[in-house]
Formats: sequence, structure tokens, C-alpha cells
Amino acid sequence: MPRLVSHPDEVKIVTRRFGQGAANIDRYVELGGYEAAKKCLAQGPEWIINEMKASNLRGRGGAGFATGLKWSFVPKQSAKPKYVLVNGDESEPGTCKDHLIFLHDPHSIIEGTIIAGLAIGAKLGFIYLRGEYRYLLEIMEKAVADAYAKGFLGKNIFGSDTEFQVITQTGAGAYEVGEESALMESLEGKRGVPRIKPPFPAVVGLYGGPTVINNAETIATVPHVISMGAAAYAAVGSERNGGTRLFGVSGHVERPGVYELPMGYNLKKIIYDVAGGVRGGRKLKAVVPGGSSTPVLLPEEIENLGMDFDQVGKAGSMLGSGGVVVIDDQTCIVEFALRTISFYQHESCGWCIPCREGTDWLKKSLTRFHAGFGTAKDIDNIQYLAENMLGRTFCPLGDAAAMPTLGFVKKFRKEFEDHLNGKPCPFAKHVEVAVV
Amino acid sequence: MSNETMTIFSPKLAARFDALVQKYPARRSALVPMLLYAQDEIGYLSDAVIAEVAARIGITELDVRNVATYYSMLRFKPAGKFNVQVCTNISCMLRGAYDLFERFQDELGIGHKGVTTDGLFSLEEVECIGACCWAPAIQVNYDFHDELNPDSVPGILAEYRGKAKAEGTVSHA
Amino acid sequence: MADVTFTVDGKKLTAPAGTLLIDACRKAGIEIPAFCYYPGLSLQAACRMCVVRQEKVPKLQTACTTTVAEGQVFITDSPEITQARKATIELLLGNHPLDCPVCDAGGECELQDMTFKYGAGESLYAEAKQHREEQQWSPAVFYDRPRCILCYRCIRMCGEGMDVWALGVQNRGARAVIAPNGGDTLDCEQCGMCIDVCPVGALTSGSYRYKTRPWEMNHISTVCTHCADGCKVTLGVRQSNIGSEIIRADNRDKSGINGDFLCAKGRFGFDFVENPERLNKPLVRNANGQLEPASWEHALRFAAGKLKEIRDARGGSAIGVIGSNLTTNEENYLLQKFARTVLQTNNIDHERTADYAGFARALAGSQGRTASMRDTATAPAILLIGGNPTEEHPLLAWNLRTNVRLNRARLYVANAKQIKLERQAKAVLRLPADGYPALAAHLDGSDKVIAGSAFRETLLAEESLLVILGQEYRGAELEELVKWGLKRDNVRFAFLGDHANSRGAADMGLLPDLLPGYVPVTAPGQFSAEYPGMPAAPGKALPDIFASAAKGELAALLVVGANPIAKPGMDAAALKNTFVIVHDIFLTETAAHADVVFPAASLYEKSGTVTNTYGDVQLARKAADRSGVKPDFEILVRLAGAMGVDVKTLVPFGTTGITADLGQSRGAQAGEADRHAVWLAANGLEPKLSPFDPLAVLDEIERLVPGYKMDRLNLFGGNDVPSEPGFVPLSALTANAAITPAHDGLFTSGTLGRYSPGLKDLNRHQAAPALAKTAAD
Repeated sequence: MPRLVSHPDEVKIVTRRFGQGAANIDRYVELGGYEAAKKCLAQGPEWIINEMKASNLRGRGGAGFATGLKWSFVPKQSAKPKYVLVNGDESEPGTCKDHLIFLHDPHSIIEGTIIAGLAIGAKLGFIYLRGEYRYLLEIMEKAVADAYAKGFLGKNIFGSDTEFQVITQTGAGAYEVGEESALMESLEGKRGVPRIKPPFPAVVGLYGGPTVINNAETIATVPHVISMGAAAYAAVGSERNGGTRLFGVSGHVERPGVYELPMGYNLKKIIYDVAGGVRGGRKLKAVVPGGSSTPVLLPEEIENLGMDFDQVGKAGSMLGSGGVVVIDDQTCIVEFALRTISFYQHESCGWCIPCREGTDWLKKSLTRFHAGFGTAKDIDNIQYLAENMLGRTFCPLGDAAAMPTLGFVKKFRKEFEDHLNGKPCPFAKHVEVAVV
Repeated sequence: MSNETMTIFSPKLAARFDALVQKYPARRSALVPMLLYAQDEIGYLSDAVIAEVAARIGITELDVRNVATYYSMLRFKPAGKFNVQVCTNISCMLRGAYDLFERFQDELGIGHKGVTTDGLFSLEEVECIGACCWAPAIQVNYDFHDELNPDSVPGILAEYRGKAKAEGTVSHA
Repeated sequence: MADVTFTVDGKKLTAPAGTLLIDACRKAGIEIPAFCYYPGLSLQAACRMCVVRQEKVPKLQTACTTTVAEGQVFITDSPEITQARKATIELLLGNHPLDCPVCDAGGECELQDMTFKYGAGESLYAEAKQHREEQQWSPAVFYDRPRCILCYRCIRMCGEGMDVWALGVQNRGARAVIAPNGGDTLDCEQCGMCIDVCPVGALTSGSYRYKTRPWEMNHISTVCTHCADGCKVTLGVRQSNIGSEIIRADNRDKSGINGDFLCAKGRFGFDFVENPERLNKPLVRNANGQLEPASWEHALRFAAGKLKEIRDARGGSAIGVIGSNLTTNEENYLLQKFARTVLQTNNIDHERTADYAGFARALAGSQGRTASMRDTATAPAILLIGGNPTEEHPLLAWNLRTNVRLNRARLYVANAKQIKLERQAKAVLRLPADGYPALAAHLDGSDKVIAGSAFRETLLAEESLLVILGQEYRGAELEELVKWGLKRDNVRFAFLGDHANSRGAADMGLLPDLLPGYVPVTAPGQFSAEYPGMPAAPGKALPDIFASAAKGELAALLVVGANPIAKPGMDAAALKNTFVIVHDIFLTETAAHADVVFPAASLYEKSGTVTNTYGDVQLARKAADRSGVKPDFEILVRLAGAMGVDVKTLVPFGTTGITADLGQSRGAQAGEADRHAVWLAANGLEPKLSPFDPLAVLDEIERLVPGYKMDRLNLFGGNDVPSEPGFVPLSALTANAAITPAHDGLFTSGTLGRYSPGLKDLNRHQAAPALAKTAAD
């Protein structure tokens, strides 16, 4: 069972009901659940979207797109049915925040889905969980069944004449399905290959109908925004970055865990204060700030770094999924880079040439390099390949593979060079033998 | 599927599939869950599974294979009754996942994608399973085990051996 | 859509709003490279080769998915774009095996061309390449995964283009592969279109692979000799020790009426030409009753002598002539002229597969009411009655599918059986098994035999209609249905038959009662002056010719490229007292009964015109050569000569003297000389200097045959030109019209198909038990 953690600096909004048995619908209602949905039902779509806009809530999946704005793109009139799609395909290495939401507060997802549905005029919502989260899917399925039993879902939600249905769905192992259009493909029973955009999902999405697709954390936040009011929510965070964020701190820290902190909270404090510092008193070597696809930051780069979309962007990385992976000074960056690219090689859907071939090539090169068979030219070549994948691929997965690779090579070139001339890896115990 | 006696699935699963294909705006949306649930029961996606799923959805077997081969949890050969999946992705790697994986290899005497001779266990090195903050973590079938170290391995294996014994099954057909 | 103006590389371009940038650029002569983009197929944006810079857009954009709008500014050629394309090629070349020296595609490979253009000449790749064993999916298709660049053209061509959906993509990432529907075998129409669209050497042809290098072949475009759709086919030929051999067939230049398309027969069925069973010497039956090789002189003298003797002793009525569905119009014309004027008989027929005479009669007097093959690809509404184009007219099926898919054409299908094209149909009318005759009345409102239907209402609401009739129609029913259409405005017709030149055989008067252009024998008009000695009464049709042989009334039978004895109900014994002469490529059942057999050239070894079932006339060009054989045209002229005929009365050559460019017209059967002939004729020079020049007969066809006034420049340029049967008033047919549709499928082609190892292999493959369960979809 995932351990819950706590820290005084936390502002518990989304995690407010964690550990309180809120998976039980009665308990959820007792804790104020479904009131936001009822309020939205009474207030209507325009009000909801305005509230969402005012809250400065930005997508928690990684791209940080403004949620209210996204919802407002959905056409009011549509010949085809509209849909809400909750992206619970949480697969970005370093990220396990949705895991806890599904576990501890499944009804917040359902309630958020209802509200999104009311906002855009959809009658059907889908909650898609990655295949590995089977026990969480079962919790979600129970929650959905309970919500139906209470009349919170169905033909007449909360006794109104408004209909809203929810269907849960399982994936079967594919990081790429976390991309919104690939998720829709998967939900339609196809290979998880992204779609050509435009058209964007808000216009042509699931089954060809206008679709709002949001990350599970975003959706779970929605009822809280409604309950506490947009202004109050926005006030918690930093400029243009409303509210809190679930930061999953993992790797070499004393107290790893998922912490809910205000947007803009200092990264150095997250590591040294909230998570208890680098494990075993070692020195910080680097930190991946927002999941494996975000470029690595050096200790000197995080001194005054506030964790919101804009500040981390300015620092040359991304806030991403909020998965903070802390790396100590006993870690081989080449091995870390190799493990990172191995993941993207494994997960590339293969649709486009630069991503399919680039991730495969990088993995092979880094494997050989890390095994001590590298040449000086390899370092430039790795950088060249990554630079030529960047911005050229069909979907962001290529960038997700290229960006961290570039970061490692540029910021730790010396460490790459230390692997040259047949020298063994200065750190690693685990060197995979390259297939030569 | 109209003729229920034709199914290769248990009556319970067949009934579940009958409902599943009706649940979505499009029948085909049932495909990925169906494949996963079929695998849960049969152990892997045999030709017979592919054929029946194709017939139930109303698409070609080729179409089913195109989709099935895309998803990494789906397999086309039997795994052990208990499939041990060790995450070695970055967060787990930083906290000793490779040592953990090695210990599983030693204890089970099999490598990546191997199956023990008694069919009880199989072992896989997998990508991130979403338990980064409780690393290193593994999944045995769908059960998570987190905050492990190599010494946790014998206990975990004993737990599942016990389960198998209690169920009275040794090998998985 | 309204035109918009945008700028590409500083040039102002105009195109309808919404046009794909890649199309707009290519039309304007701006090259945009692409692997995955293929006109007419769905968009992929997968290869990333077509990237361009659009003003005010941060990332490079793919030209294949960008639609043009007013005022946009694009750059398609800059160091940034060149680098992006170069890098994509470098990435591809990582895992791509550089086995170009042995790869079939070497020399005509798009990846090679792009590598050459973008200069990715230095290999950066130092890793092990991902290797997989090559797979054979069918006798026709091999797949070499390492060479595959995953452009998905094959999958789309098979699915969207062919509606077969036999290919998919499996696995993901660098492990992704193209996979066939049968696991490791391909269960499909074996059209080979996947091979054709493959930009590299990943999909290779069973009949061509490792045979030669592309630059060692000459490529000659001619007309396919199999079904009646008349696809242009490009034959790759190479010198061999017996002439020149055909190495492969495809639709390389995509310029013909078939555009992108070619089916299994066109692509793989050329190999009958190289069949070791081919005749290459005349055969004459000896005293022991056995056929033995003879010299051309002897065989011709013997055959001519017998024919002359019989004609003079018993009259032309004791002679029968059976022509071919595969020979050229000029040969067919010459054969009937020879029969009527030299043999003095109207006992001439061919193995009829469709009632073209009835079609002509029904259309008599109505000009502009027939549809060409091209019309089937553009008509907004089509009514297909009977037939099964998917199996029997693959190009028509392709055109109909494409028309529905890309132009949203409405296809209406009326058929007694379920046919695959119903998948594209807007409405289907299932006729009772014997319902065809009642359809015309039904369309006119009668519900007696066929129940009233929404089909009729929707159909009749169409402003124009292209009606395609299957071979189910003949005689009175055919006439009734055509008359129904003629009452309405904007209705045109096409009529389906079998074989490459069945239509030409009928048009050229291989009929006992009708002269070329369906002019009745009984009212021959200007033919009476042109054909001295022609009997005034109609002759016997094919069944009656055999019947008269059985009665001992047929003394001689000349069979040119036909195999009537192989037809059910035909008794070979009937011919035991008949002197039989056969021209054929093989020793067929009929040839085996002959007294003299002449080894004939196939359509791929001669020049002339052929007419497809839609009346489109095309030029067949001599591609291959084979020692020992002669075109039927030459055999006929020599036979006539040996009978003492002044061949100038049969073939109007050398009519204005011999003032010609001898050098150019020497190769009168080669395409170049054909085109040259147009210029010569236009300048008052006489291009026809040889009695074996079929173009001399084409002159006469144009002069005498109604409906065959053709645009020669176009014809000789390799294009299809229309002919029309429909404006001679016809009297009722008098002869017993025995019409037997051949119903050749995807891998059969009458007698000819039996001699194609390639087609036999495909037939066997598709009939294999492993595939039988899924074959019919």
C-alpha cells in the first residue's frame, strides 16, 4: 500500500480527503462531496467555464494548458455527441500522483467528470486508467457503481433532468496512450497512435465528437475549485499558475512521497525541506523536475526556482507531471540517460521516422557507450541525433526523448568523456553488455 | 456472439464480454479491455482468443493482432501463474531496482521474460508502473509490492507459493 | 472551393482553398519529398520528409497535412529544411540494410534518390542493425522487414485502394512490422499493388525479384492481354538468346486509363510468354496422322493449297473461320476480310462472351450514349447491374471504389448475387435469380416481379447516370434496358464482356451476319464495293459451324487464336473430316486437332490496336520478341499470298509509291515508328511500305468502320481514344448467337491463363485450405 506522507508546508486541497476512507461514497458525501457538482448543475455551463478560467487551473498532465480555456473551445452546438475523457494513463516515469487520487478519492474524479460534462454539454464521460492500475480500476468501478446507485450518475443526475453517464476503461500497457489523441484511439479499440492535428479533440475527438480530455489530477481538482471558489483557488498558487500541485518526489531523498504544495513552491525546499534532503547525507548531483521527459537541472539551477509552469520553463526545463526525481552524486548520469532513453525506445509507437529510429539509435549508442565501447565522436553524435529529433516528430514523445538526452549530454559532457578510452563506468555496477 | 456454447471463455467472462461490447458508443471500444481480461483468464492471447475476440467485436483477426501487439501488457505466449514485473525505470533504478531484479533472477533461476519450469512464476523487467515514490516497486500480476529491497524477495515468492498451494494448483495450464 | 493566393519560396501560387500544400507545390513544380504521402490515400504525416517552414509557426510543418489559405507564406527550401530532411534520411539509414547492390529496388528506390539528393552520404551509424529474416507471404509477395521504412503506403493501398485490408502494422517502435492477414501468409487478391507503391525494396515481387537490374531493361507500355478492361501495362524486357524476354510487368508510368492500378493478371500473368510449351515452329500433320515440325514455307504452301482447293471445289460455304478475343483489331479486320473476300464465306464467328452486337443494336442511332472506362472514375452516379467487377473487371472495380471514396460518387448495385462492391454502394437491389429481364420494367414503375423499393426512388432522383451492364444481359432484355435509359437524359452505358479484345472482335465483324461496325451483311453499303466476292447471305455462327462439320458439310476450318474445342458441348470428333488450320501460341485442345498449326505471336509481341469493353481503343506496342513465331496478321497475309491473292487488295500498303523515310518506317511495329507514321502521313509521304504493317489496315478501318474515327495523335501517343458502336441502324440478328461468358476471375484468363505459371501459383495459393476459410470476405 503506497505510503502517505505529510509536511507542514502542504496545502491540502486535492489530497484533503486522502486517508479518510473517502472511497466510500457515504464518507465522500459526508466530507462535502458532490456538492460542487450540484452547484454546477444549478449554475450552468457558462458559469462553470468562467470559474475554471478564473481559477488559473492549468492542465496537470504536463503541458499546462489552461483548463477553462480548453473547455471553452468545445462548440456549443454539435451534431455529434460530446464527451469528457479523463486521462488516467499515468505513465511518465517519476509520476505516481494519480495513483493516490484513484486510491483515496475516486469520487473526486467522478465529480470532476460530471462538472466537465455539465460545462461542455456532454452526456458521457470516460475514465481511462492504465492497465497496470487494475486494483485502482476496481476501486473506480465500485465508485462509479455507487454513484449510479445514489443517482449521482444516470439519466437524471441529482434528480434533475440532466443525463450524465460514466464508463471506466482499462489500458493495456502503453505510455504513448497518454497523448490525448492516442488515448482516444486506444479507447476506440485501436493502436495507440496519435492523430493528425488539427482537428483538435475539442472539435473532433472521441468517435468524431467534440471531446474535452483532461488529466486525472486536473479533473480531481475541479470540484475543489468550485467548492472553494475560483479566486480562492487561484490565490493559493503563483502568477498565472492557480492552486496546488501534487509533487511526487522520488529517487535519492530521505522522505519520498507525493506532497501537495502551492504552485511556485521552491524546488530546493522540496528536496531539502519537504522530502528531507538527499538520502544518506550525500550531495545533490541533479534533479529531473517534472517526470523523465523534462531536462535535468543542476543544483545551481534550482536555488531560487519556483515550481510552476512558467518559472521552470524559464529555467530551461518543464514542470511536466510534477514528478521530481532526485539524483545524488553517486549516480552515473550516462546510465541514467540510458535508462531514460530505453524507456522512450520501448514506448515509441513507431509511427514516425525520427522518433522510431532516433530512440532506437540512441538506446543502442548509449548502451554501447555505457559499456565502455564509446568513442569521442559518439558524444557529438548523440547530441546530433537528439537535436534532429527535437521538434520534428509526429507527437511530443520524440521531444520527450530528445530533450532529456540533450540535457544530459550538454550538462554532463565531462561525465560522458570519463567513460571513454575503455575506462569502466566510474559508478555503475550494472553495465549491460552492448550487442556489437 | 450468438452461440454461447462456442466460447472458449468461462461463462462468467463470456457474459461479461456480451455486456462489454454493448457498453460503448462503438463496439470496437471493448477490444483492449477484452484482450486484457481474456489474457487474465486464459494466460495469454492464443490464436483461439484472437479469433473469438475478433468475432465478438466483428473485426478481422488481423485487426485484432494489429492492436494487441501494440500493448506491452498483452502477450502471445503463456507466462507463469504469477508474473513478477520488476520496474527498473529511473525512480526505482535510483533506489536499487537492478539489485532487486537480480535477486529475483537468482531466486527463480530465470531471466527477463523467463518462466520457471513448474510454470508458477515468470519474470519481467518492466517500465514505470506508477509507484515511483514507493520505489523500488514490483507488480506480481496486478498486485503492487513497494519499498522493497533484495531481501524482500524470498518473502514475496514464499507468499505466492503459499497462495498456489492453498489453491491446490502448481502449474498453470 | 474558392482560389486562394499564398507564397512558396517567394513565388505567388494560387490553388483552391483547402488544397494540400504538397499537392499545390508539386503542381507548381516545387518538389516536396515524401515517403508516406501518396495521392488519393489517407494522410499519415509519418515520414516527416515533407517538412516546410511556415511563417509565424514555431515548428516545421508537414506539407502533406497543411492546407493552403489566403496569404500564407512558406519556405520549402532552406538550410534548415535541408538539414531536417537529411537527418530524417540519416535516421532511416541507421537500421536500413545498405544492400542496395542486390536490392530489387536499387536504381528505382525513393530512399536512394532522397539520399542522393540530400547528401546523407556519411554513415553515422555504428550500432548493430536490427535484422529480421525475409518472409514470403505468397507466390507474388515477399517482405523484407529491414528494408521497410514503415511509410504505410502498402497498408493503405491494400485497404483504402483495394478494399482488401490484408495488411496491418504490428508491434510498436523499432520493432514495428508490416504484417499480412494470414499470420505469415497473405490472403488477398494478390494484385501486387503493395509492391508497386513500396518506395523501397521491402515488398518485392515473386516473379521479378533478383532477376535483373532496372536499368538493364527496356520499358515498353502496351495493353494488357487478359481481361476486357484494357489496362496499360509497362513491360520490362531484356535481350535473351531467343529474342527479348519479358522480365516484369507493372504500371510504371501510371499514364494509362488505369492510372495507379494493375491487377494480378496484368502484373504476374505475362509469363505465359516464356512458357516452354510455346510453339515456335509450324506443325503439319504427317502421313501417320501426327503433327510434326515443318518449315514456314511448307506449312503455308500446304495450308494455302488446301484452302484454295476446297474453296474452288466446294465453295466458301464449306469453309468456316473462328477468330480470337485476343488478337488486334487489325488482325480481326483482316481475318474477316480474308474470310469474306478470299475464302468467300460468311461462316465466321468468335467465341462470344457478351452480346456486343445486341448492345450496338440497342444503341443504334443514339450517339454519345456510351461511357468510356475513364467515365467510371468520374461519373457522379453509377448503376451497376449484374456482373462482378471485383473478380472479373478489376480496373472497373478500382475505378468505382476510388470514385466513391474520393469523389463521393453514388454507386447503385442491382444484382441477383451478393457482390463485394456492395460495400461501396449507396443502395443495393437484390434481384430474384431470374429478375434481370424484369428490371427495366421495374425501373419504369412495375412492381410485378421485383418489389417496389427505395432503391428505385433514390436512383431515379439522380440527374445523370452511368449504367454498367453485366453479361447477364443480351438480346431483348439488353435492348429493353438500354431503351429505358435512352428515354432519360444524361444516361450513358457501358457493357461488360471478357477478354482483352472481345469488343474488338465484334466491332471488327468476326460475326456471320455483321460486317465491321455491325453493318449487316444483308445491307453491306459501301462494303459491297470494297469486298468483292463476299457472299450476300449471312453465314453460320460458331455452333452451326461445328454442327455442319458434324454433318460432313464443313471441309475446312481456320481457327485464329481460339480454342473452341475446350468449351463444354463442343465435340472434337465433329472435325474428323474437316481440314483444320490453327494459329495459336500453344498446342491447345483445338490446335491438337489441326492439320496445320502456325505458331503465333502474343499480344505482347506485336503492334496494333485493341478495344476494351467500354469501346476505348488503345495502341498495343510490340514489347518482346521471340524467334520462330509470327503475328497472326503476317500469317494471314502470307497465307493469302500463298493462295495467289494480290495482297494489296487485302492490305492497302504502298498506295502512294515508296517516297518514305525508310529508316524510320523499317520498324513499323515499334512505337517510335508508329508515331513517326503520323508525321509522314501528314506530310504526304507513304509510311506503309510493308504488307505486314497493321497500320495500313488501321487506315482502312478508320475509313470503313462506323464508330472508328479516331484521334490518331492521341492513340499513337499511348492514350485511349473512344470508339462508338451506336449509330448504325441494325436489322434484327439472324444468326444463332451463342454467347458464353467466360467469367474469368482474378487468376484465370481463358486458355491463355492456363499457360501462366504465375497465375496458376496464385490460384493454388488462394485455394489452399489454410486460406480457404477467410478467402471470401
